[in-house]
Amino acid sequence: MRRVALVLCCAALAACTSEAAPAGSPNGAGGGATPTLTAIRARGAVKCGITEGAGFATPDDAGRWRGFDVDFCRALAVALFNDPEKVQFIPYTQEQRFSGLQSGEVDLLANGTTITSSRALRQSFHFGPIYFYDGQGFLVAKASKATKATMLDGATICVQQGTTTELNLTDFARRNKITFHPVVMEDLRAAVSALAGGRCDAISQDGAGLATTRTMLQHPDDYVVLPDRISKEPIAAVVRTGDDAWLEIVNWVFRAPVQAEEFGIDQKNADQFQQTTDPSIRRFLGLEPGATDGLGLDPQWTLHVIEKVGNYKDIFDRNLGTSTPLAIDRGLNKLWTDGGLLYSPPFR
Amino acid sequence: MSDHTVRRTRWSAVRDLLRACFATPSAAIVTIIAIALAAAAVIPIARWALVNATWFGDATDCRRAATGACWAFVRHKAGFILFGLYPAAQRWRPGIAAAILVALVVCTAMPRCWTRWLLAAWALGLTVAVFVMRGGLGLGVVPTQQWGGLPVTIMLTAIGLAGGFPLGIALALGRRSRRPVPRATATAIVEVVRGVPLIAVLYVAVLVFPLALPAGLSVDKLFLAQAAVIVFASAYLAEAVRSGLQLVPPRRLDAGLALGLGWWQTMQRIVLPEALRTVLPSFISIAVGFFQDTSLIVIIGLFDLLNTARSAAQDPNWLGFFTEAFVFAGAIYFCGSAALSRYGLWLERRMARVDPAMRVTRPLSLSVAAPPE
Repeated sequence: MRRVALVLCCAALAACTSEAAPAGSPNGAGGGATPTLTAIRARGAVKCGITEGAGFATPDDAGRWRGFDVDFCRALAVALFNDPEKVQFIPYTQEQRFSGLQSGEVDLLANGTTITSSRALRQSFHFGPIYFYDGQGFLVAKASKATKATMLDGATICVQQGTTTELNLTDFARRNKITFHPVVMEDLRAAVSALAGGRCDAISQDGAGLATTRTMLQHPDDYVVLPDRISKEPIAAVVRTGDDAWLEIVNWVFRAPVQAEEFGIDQKNADQFQQTTDPSIRRFLGLEPGATDGLGLDPQWTLHVIEKVGNYKDIFDRNLGTSTPLAIDRGLNKLWTDGGLLYSPPFR
Repeated sequence: MSDHTVRRTRWSAVRDLLRACFATPSAAIVTIIAIALAAAAVIPIARWALVNATWFGDATDCRRAATGACWAFVRHKAGFILFGLYPAAQRWRPGIAAAILVALVVCTAMPRCWTRWLLAAWALGLTVAVFVMRGGLGLGVVPTQQWGGLPVTIMLTAIGLAGGFPLGIALALGRRSRRPVPRATATAIVEVVRGVPLIAVLYVAVLVFPLALPAGLSVDKLFLAQAAVIVFASAYLAEAVRSGLQLVPPRRLDAGLALGLGWWQTMQRIVLPEALRTVLPSFISIAVGFFQDTSLIVIIGLFDLLNTARSAAQDPNWLGFFTEAFVFAGAIYFCGSAALSRYGLWLERRMARVDPAMRVTRPLSLSVAAPPE
């Protein structure tokens, strides 16, 4: 009964929001004005929409938000206020996130939203820089002897409800002329127990999620994440259209940790770089003017971000890396100089 | 049922029970099968929850033991599950607020407290509780987004029912009114609210409503949720009250009017006390229902008790201990609901003692009016 009501209500909601979307952009085309930034300054805090997920956004024992997405939101707070606490986190489910952003309840989403053309074109949103490269993969039992996804022909695959996972699976199977039997599960727990109980041969979801799922199994070492990625999931922050100045702030704040890692500046050694003579580092750290003057931020905001939040490696290692229980491999999220895809345009 | 009290020792009761269970061979077989089934269910649970459980340590200790419950997780996360995102150093504040609300509820549950002072106590208690939670005047302000856990569950339920009660009475009286306008209005409100699921209203209130507001203006989610719970509680309580009113013979009203009392006075002193008393048991089941339904606010991203439990098991350091988290939250819900049910039974017995036929011989003052001399 409740389920039916929920579905009806979601349908009604979808109808409402899609109607409201074109007119609903509260900022309009401001022509240089930045109502978002004005509102943030007046409120004294950034409002960041997140979605709970281990390693990306979870409250710790003391009720403080922690995670990879959370740290990028804190970086924004540091850039604007030099204080990682001046941020309010609004948790959304996947269905709610866009209406939350649209209604102006949050200033940005940093919640694992994948950039797709239809989202960018139809929903009047802008995406910031890609700060996490993910892709859909498979988790299988080692006993299955499968070493790549095409060996899973005829397999029963558990997927989560309400995601595009199933679509990607079907595409992949058709492309490779194999068959999958997708089983849609209510949530991750059900999928995990199905895999452990042998009712599924594999779980398919985003790669970062797979590492998390693996740690939820009773005997994680008996399972392996296959190397294949059957979809591209570039994750970026999302803002409303019509506020270019705010979009630029989000752009450069999300790039700064990447550039810092490339320069070898991290949370521990940032202080020593105050005396550096390298002109590009001096510009990046705001020791010489010019690089990010137009943003209207403190000239040394990059230094503050690195000191208080860290460079990309600090953020990744702290929340997702091998020192955490999730132990996610950097993979594509290595610097371009190390064979990954992370590449920041120059701060110049 | 058995008003005549037979004095028996505890042992003779056990002997009677055994005798009844093994009276005939077939009874004995049924008893043994029942015991075997119970043992088959209880032993694995006990093994999981007690024998093989891990009480101390961290997640790796729990995973090493693997076959038992990880109570170390609950020990570690209890603070978060109970208080949610509220800053850890300030958890005494929601603690106090919850205690005030529970005290108000307990007091409201005592017939001897049913005086005009109760209203004042609620007004004062709520003000203090909300102030302590929210802060201000020197106390650090904690926005409602950070409220969570058990205090929020208690608050939504208690304020929802307390706020819904007077509204519910008004709706019930309106629905029985002879005048068409109040009757139509009350009927429409009650039917619409009862015809729509709470979850849908929460969705609309939090997702669609903000789109209609001017930019930058946002209404507090917790406030909206609380308002929704009050409106829902009032509609459900209204129907209970109305069924109570139906049971009061119309001649009571006539008698009151004949004595020269006004309509309001008759209602307040004669009809309502009797009606409310009759439907107390359904109040209790409505209360239990709302206590559990408040967990629906998870939909709108608020951290009530159930959501904090779920969230605790998503911490990378304690990933996947959902069973323990839900058992812990479930135990709290069970205690709350069981206490309410026991109270309901006690109240019914007390009422029956006052008047075995559950009919009013002495008007019981439930209203704010002074008891008749």
